[in-house]
Amino acid sequence: MASQQRKIAIVTAILAAFAYIVPYSGSFVVLLATRAMTFAILAMSVDLLLGYTGLSSMGQAAYFGVGAYLTAVLATKFHVGLGWDFWLVVPLGILVGAALAALFGLFAIRAGGVYFLMITLALGQCVWGLAYRWNSLTGGDNGINMTGRPSFGLDLGNEVTFFYLVLAFLAGSMLMMYVLVRSPFGQSLAGIRERELRMQILGYNTWLHKYIIFVIAGGFGGLAGVLWAHTNGHVSPETVVLTTSVDSLLMVVLGGAGTLVGATIGTGIVFGLREYLSTLVPWWQYVLGAVYVLTILYLPMGLMGIPSRLRQRFASQGKKEGAKKLATKPS
Amino acid sequence: MNTQFWIVQAFNGVSYGALLFLVGSGLSLIFGVMRIVNLSHGAYFLWGGYIALSVISASTSWALSLPVAALAVALIGMAMERIFLRPLGSEPLRQVLLTVGFAFLFQQGALDIWGGNNMDINPPSYLTESIVVGGIYLPLYRVFMIGMAAAIGIVLWLIMEKTRMGAAVRATVDDAQMARGVGIDTNLISMFIFALGAFLAALGGVIGGAFLGIYPGLDFEMLPLAFAVVIIGGMGSLGGAAIGALAVGLADNFGKALFPEVSYFTLYAPMVLILAVKPTGLFGRE
Repeated sequence: MASQQRKIAIVTAILAAFAYIVPYSGSFVVLLATRAMTFAILAMSVDLLLGYTGLSSMGQAAYFGVGAYLTAVLATKFHVGLGWDFWLVVPLGILVGAALAALFGLFAIRAGGVYFLMITLALGQCVWGLAYRWNSLTGGDNGINMTGRPSFGLDLGNEVTFFYLVLAFLAGSMLMMYVLVRSPFGQSLAGIRERELRMQILGYNTWLHKYIIFVIAGGFGGLAGVLWAHTNGHVSPETVVLTTSVDSLLMVVLGGAGTLVGATIGTGIVFGLREYLSTLVPWWQYVLGAVYVLTILYLPMGLMGIPSRLRQRFASQGKKEGAKKLATKPS
Repeated sequence: MNTQFWIVQAFNGVSYGALLFLVGSGLSLIFGVMRIVNLSHGAYFLWGGYIALSVISASTSWALSLPVAALAVALIGMAMERIFLRPLGSEPLRQVLLTVGFAFLFQQGALDIWGGNNMDINPPSYLTESIVVGGIYLPLYRVFMIGMAAAIGIVLWLIMEKTRMGAAVRATVDDAQMARGVGIDTNLISMFIFALGAFLAALGGVIGGAFLGIYPGLDFEMLPLAFAVVIIGGMGSLGGAAIGALAVGLADNFGKALFPEVSYFTLYAPMVLILAVKPTGLFGRE
């Protein structure tokens, strides 16, 4: 338990340092950090499925998308969510994401392994198809331009204020997910990830467990979508496209699945590479592609897996040397 | 909406299905033999089109561009399988993500080599005319697409069903471990099938480039359609890929013509239902 407390303390300290430093680093960095943190909530929701339950979802952008489109449509067509009622849109976005996941889960959870991957891909494409084609509601290919951020005493149009709001949402989401995965429910999810059949034999309703976490992940996806609409100021089919889902999955794997913090780090790195490096060099996408390929080939546990790998390596070296000493000792 | 509308739309749907068959059958074979969900398949399609453009501008021969582009991409696919995918082992997620990483690399590579403009492949003039059947104009190029896909389908079917090589492939699809046990070199089969899949996708890119155009982003537009074909038809089944391609081609065309606002939804929703009821697809084997 002590090591868990130390980990929490480290994460809290890093977040606090982040909150302190970023606002002094210029508006470009503030905006970049805000975008990355919004997306990190989506990546953590993917981690709930991938890292803790062993479900590789290729359609997480769907819940992200409905949250974002809900926010954009409410704001531009009904002028809802631009004042204090922003605090109504947030739970509404979470509910819509969760409701969509509740519907999709009925189809997807039955399938296992690679078929789960394919069916979530198809479900994500359904949402993309609607966003792309349903012109009267979604604006089609052009998407929807937001008219401004909410203002309720706090003016979220101010980049730094908005940065702090998103940081608070990120920290809150991380805490809630952390509590969730440490709960008995979360432990049984890990059991399903390791060996589903055994959990079934032990009497767990594994379908229901997977369904519930799928819905919860959808809810967090919806939350990320609501924030994304305001962060980006523009919602288009790009938001729900297949590559968004794939990106979120890659970020989790890059950072290290099953750690939540890893998902956040992975998102930060990818956004940093994509938006900072792209201003410096034209071949930034090669770097990104190479990072993905190298991670998968050489770091299956992601960046968060490096310390334990190093420890393992040193430990095994120590053992070998110990064994040598034993072998050379005259008996 | 008279009879003519239905006939023209059905014809367009079938010819689009012919193109989708080229892309989908390769994806299906790769999945069937290697259980790899290959997300760089769209990139093979795109690169096929781009390489054909380069060949045409160098040699002015459209007919030459077909085999050159397809073979070049087949070599790329073979190298990818041999160098990166084979050592990776059999964990589906890592394979998928690796192919995505390559899809991004291919995307950027195409952008650097051929630029970001929308380009067209111009087929020779004798293919751009129309024939008139019963008062309806049918573009000859679409007839050619259907003929090409049918010919390739038949050749593939003959290889799979009538040759020793095909029997080895089918054995590998059914039970790779058992196939190795009776002395089939499944590594060789995998490499062959991966190259064949890339070959077919690139061929689709050259042929489809004439009426879709070739542009950045086409790769990730074709990919979900190819998946729809494979999922509806059943993974690893050639006949299934043909049926799936026809179904997707027709659904796409009629969807766009009849209910434009929900047209992609009408394409992917049936795919979800099929997957939910029978995860292996209509013609896939357990």
